[in-house]
Amino acid sequence: MKTDVVVIGGGPSGMSAALKASEQGAKVLLVDVESRLGGILNQCIHNGFGLKHFKEELTGPEYANRLANEVYKDKNIEVKLNSYVNYIDKNKVFVLTEKGQEIIECSSIILSAGARERTSGEIYLKGKRLAGVYTAGTAQKMVNFYGKLPGKKIVILGSGDIGLIMARRMTLEGAEVKLVLEIMGHSSGLRRNIRQCIEDFNIPLLFNHTITKVVGDERVCGVYYAEVDENKKPKLETEKYIDCDCVLLSVGLIPENTLLPKQTLREKFVVVDDERQTSVDGIFICGNVLHIHDLADNATEEGEIAGKFAGLYALNKLKKYVKVIINFSNKISYCMPKLVNKKTEGKFTIYMRANNNFIKKFITVKSGDNIIAKKFCVGITTGEMQEIEVEYSKVNGDLYVDIEG
Amino acid sequence: METICICCPIGCRLKVEKIDGEIVVTGNSCPRGKDYGISEFTFPKRVLTTSLVFPNVTYTLKTTTALPKERVKEALKEIKKIGYKECNIGDVLIKNIINSDADVVVTGKIENA
Repeated sequence: MKTDVVVIGGGPSGMSAALKASEQGAKVLLVDVESRLGGILNQCIHNGFGLKHFKEELTGPEYANRLANEVYKDKNIEVKLNSYVNYIDKNKVFVLTEKGQEIIECSSIILSAGARERTSGEIYLKGKRLAGVYTAGTAQKMVNFYGKLPGKKIVILGSGDIGLIMARRMTLEGAEVKLVLEIMGHSSGLRRNIRQCIEDFNIPLLFNHTITKVVGDERVCGVYYAEVDENKKPKLETEKYIDCDCVLLSVGLIPENTLLPKQTLREKFVVVDDERQTSVDGIFICGNVLHIHDLADNATEEGEIAGKFAGLYALNKLKKYVKVIINFSNKISYCMPKLVNKKTEGKFTIYMRANNNFIKKFITVKSGDNIIAKKFCVGITTGEMQEIEVEYSKVNGDLYVDIEG
Repeated sequence: METICICCPIGCRLKVEKIDGEIVVTGNSCPRGKDYGISEFTFPKRVLTTSLVFPNVTYTLKTTTALPKERVKEALKEIKKIGYKECNIGDVLIKNIINSDADVVVTGKIENA
């Protein structure tokens, strides 16, 4: 089979990418391993999605359905479900379907395969390998799709948004969430989720605390936990024990980017330009597989960028420019993208995450000694992605992003 | 009262006070925040989402507007009593649940999950 663009992963960024690539006039194949489009949005049954992109508040499944309906209406997009991509080569995508392997020839590829949850092994959770330890996302699927509670007395490790959302879901469905532990001094989740998922139900949330040992025979029967010092080492004199039959982990997401060719340039993240093209010509990447987004709306926005330019690339309409680098100060943990095409017209957005919390500061973008973009922020937190628009015409050499004032 | 606005991901830090008999909200950055602040001060409400699981299909559900916060669990009990019926996204399963102005609607349909 031959097509212009292959999109791998049918979550919010992949569906948005497919729609934008099609809008440029490209023929698109959208591949997903699941039996329905939407990705993880389908199990995120809570509300709070869509305010930015659809200008109204939606639940995860509603957000997914809106995009999926657009995809199915689009005659330029073919959808292949229950299909797993196991290898990509320049211009070739190897797909495993129920019938066997199929090789798709294409001009550009968009990887939008999302992320997976960090597991107990990856955080060196101490204790035996007992039944009752789950990632928060797995528990979410069990509760929301299958109506099964993973436990009755629950301790949640990590206060990322999925962990917070699950604390509320489990409580409403009849479990007792005894404790949420966060090793950092702050939550990486949204403030509103602390308010409506934790405080609403009077669930204790302890910062600077972690699990020191999970105990039980075959199933978890309790955990030891302790406060940590500034090096995140448990202070054993503070160790306490709490009964529970289930531990949920919300300890971060890892981009599922192993499909990218070996020569793809990687630093902390896969290196991309403002068009979300990797260092390998014709391979684009967007959504949580590139970096973790706070909102599905932001993943959609990034998918639209990747889709547009991957579509143009496939149709030989993508112009080449000199690229400049985006550098940043030590107040910032990362900026996306890493590279910018030196175009003459229009604007692009730099997304960034701060290293620390700041109040009433400016985000500045400098090109040489000139400040070419400046934005006032009432509050900047490590948990929330910031964005700043920059005009291409003002870019003159490498850029430097900082938090000042 | 100090609280966090839950209307959107920004999560504005709200201060709600009664000044000369009038409820004043500060810290909000949009009109929704003001309304939320007043409601949170006088009569807190929450949207409820849940799912109903049947042998070959799971329906995900939400209330169309927020319910009185203290009655969310009561509403959930009502929802869990619903028996199987064939429905589609957007269908109303319960009108005016617990005599509120909220309806329970289907947000998603997962077949053979």
